[in-house]
Amino acid sequence: MKTNRTLFRALLASSLSALVILSTPATAAVAEVALDRAPINLNDQASLQRGAKNFVNYCLNCHNAAYMRYSALTQIGLNEQQIRDNLMFTTDKFGDTMVSALDPKDAKEWFGAQPPDLTLVARVRGADWLYSFLRSFHRDDAAPSGWNNVVFKNVAMPNVLHDLQGTQVLTKVGEKPGHGGQMDPVMKLAVDRAGTMSAAEYDRFVADLVNYLTYMGEPVRAQRTQLGIIVLFFLTIAFFITLWLKHEYWKDVK
Amino acid sequence: MANITKQAIAPPIGGPLGKAIVWVDERFPLMATWKGHLSEYYAPKNFNFWYYFGSLAMLVLVMQIVTGIFLTMNYKPDAKLAFASVEYIMRDVTGGWLIRYLHSTGASMFFLVVYLHMMRGLMYGSYRKPRELLWIFGCMIYLCLMAEAFFGYLLPWGQMSYWGAQVIINLFAAIPFIGEDLSVWIRGDFNISDATLNRFFAFHVIAIPLVLLGLVAAHLVALHEVGSNNPDGIEIKKNLSADGTPKDGIPFHPYYTVKDIVGVVVFLAVFSAIVFFAPEMGGYFLEAPNFVPADPLQTPAHIAPVWYFTPFYAMLRAVPSMFGSQFPGVAVMGAATLILFVLPWLDRGKVKSVRYRGPIYKAFLTAFVISFVILGYLGVVPTTVWGQLPKGLPLVGAMDVATLVARVLTLVYFLFFILMPWYTKVDKELPEPERVNY
Repeated sequence: MKTNRTLFRALLASSLSALVILSTPATAAVAEVALDRAPINLNDQASLQRGAKNFVNYCLNCHNAAYMRYSALTQIGLNEQQIRDNLMFTTDKFGDTMVSALDPKDAKEWFGAQPPDLTLVARVRGADWLYSFLRSFHRDDAAPSGWNNVVFKNVAMPNVLHDLQGTQVLTKVGEKPGHGGQMDPVMKLAVDRAGTMSAAEYDRFVADLVNYLTYMGEPVRAQRTQLGIIVLFFLTIAFFITLWLKHEYWKDVK
Repeated sequence: MANITKQAIAPPIGGPLGKAIVWVDERFPLMATWKGHLSEYYAPKNFNFWYYFGSLAMLVLVMQIVTGIFLTMNYKPDAKLAFASVEYIMRDVTGGWLIRYLHSTGASMFFLVVYLHMMRGLMYGSYRKPRELLWIFGCMIYLCLMAEAFFGYLLPWGQMSYWGAQVIINLFAAIPFIGEDLSVWIRGDFNISDATLNRFFAFHVIAIPLVLLGLVAAHLVALHEVGSNNPDGIEIKKNLSADGTPKDGIPFHPYYTVKDIVGVVVFLAVFSAIVFFAPEMGGYFLEAPNFVPADPLQTPAHIAPVWYFTPFYAMLRAVPSMFGSQFPGVAVMGAATLILFVLPWLDRGKVKSVRYRGPIYKAFLTAFVISFVILGYLGVVPTTVWGQLPKGLPLVGAMDVATLVARVLTLVYFLFFILMPWYTKVDKELPEPERVNY
């Protein structure tokens, strides 16, 4: 029996190590730039509301959120009148989804591609990516829009937030040894011309926006985790009851 | 000629319910079925942890069917509408998000449970005589499950759905002579398109589930005909008590029904933890690129199948193409699943259970399990994950380390089966006990 136990343990250990391997995110392999951590807090309704305002004012001009209804914004502590007065500019139907006034044909002509729908962007890219991306634009005279981005190289999108953030430039601050023995430049972003916001204010602005985008990616998330706690509580009780029942029956088995 | 007039049936309980049962029993074998499959089906009393996964597989099957039915009520199998209809379910259908997460989590958990169930069969020799057909039905269920998962994965019509299906169908195109026509026949078009989505929907919601249910029924009938194996791998029917029931057997109901319910509760707790707290499971159950609608003009940076296919995908990538054709890889991948079918005839051991097997068998089984798990990991990541071998090595040349490892492990996977007739015969086995260990 001893060898059997050892084998069982070996099998268990190998399956557990497999779980450890599996628990590292599948997306980790793709990221190339070190990302900043987004300060996400889906329970901070004030932040979500500010984020919704930022989204409507700055993103919705070109991007859609075609799976998100204005009426769903009541979940972040706004009433219908507040939503109508402050957030609805392209429609007057409360149940409509958030669609930009920009004609897709124009968009294609202006940017070379239709700006992607942002409803699920946080689920595709992750909050950290978005938070880093929106803070990593810099001037690039070689790019068609005059803008480039450290996180998303040669992105078609110009920096629509530059009047807030100011203009960043990418400058070489040093060198480090690269893969093939040659020296790679170390680049750093720096604000060249100040915007209307300080660096901290702009980070806060983007954080609110990304918080909102995360919420919009899965509006049900708060409800989901709440329900989850109740379900697990119920199952814990059910476990003890069923275990007791099993022991009662199995007393006969000799 | 047998006397066809039935004996008077005694009601099992008093009152109108008893009378109703008698009424049914005179027309349909209700009590006989109940007894034969539950209350008088004798199962070995020494089932351990590994024996939960059969009933759990059944549970997940039922959950997938029920949640699937509710999903079809709002899902639209149309290339223009499919993606949006899934988001509609997630946002606008009452409880839709829960049903969708139950279904998507259920798909992965189905494979997890089935892999553990198959592992049990391997460990305790549950495929050996007289359970060969039971094992074969199980293998067929596994194939059906793979088909079911593959067809279902296209339906959300996200980028991974689209490109994953593209990659898999292109595998069929690698088959010599008929490949191209075959792939067009499967897709119903020259590309993955609305036609493909529509037929995959038909396969996913009715064709494969029908076959699957039939096979599950056959699997159970075969099991109850020959009786369950157990961790000691000995036949409990060889030791009967005076009333003709096995001494080491206990009626499935109530003993194993109450025991399996505990397993169900624990399983549901794990399942719920995923559904409610990590439905994407770090990108393994729901992949991030699948939140982008399918775009035939934009190939994702990294296409990988869902985790339950990745051991086979790693084998496919490990096999070098020959004469410019991917077919050898496809053949190896196919063989890796089909070789399971002949397992009962490869094993020449005198004992069934790993408990009484010799060291060689144990070493092979351990190597097999470890290979399968590492291959699964390698199928998820790019082949460059472990870097390249240093240049100038004999035989292998410049090659990705991961590719070399995958080749070795693919070989280990097959050697487990191919060498089995030899090592099970020469291995030093321990004597089996007369009665089960309980």
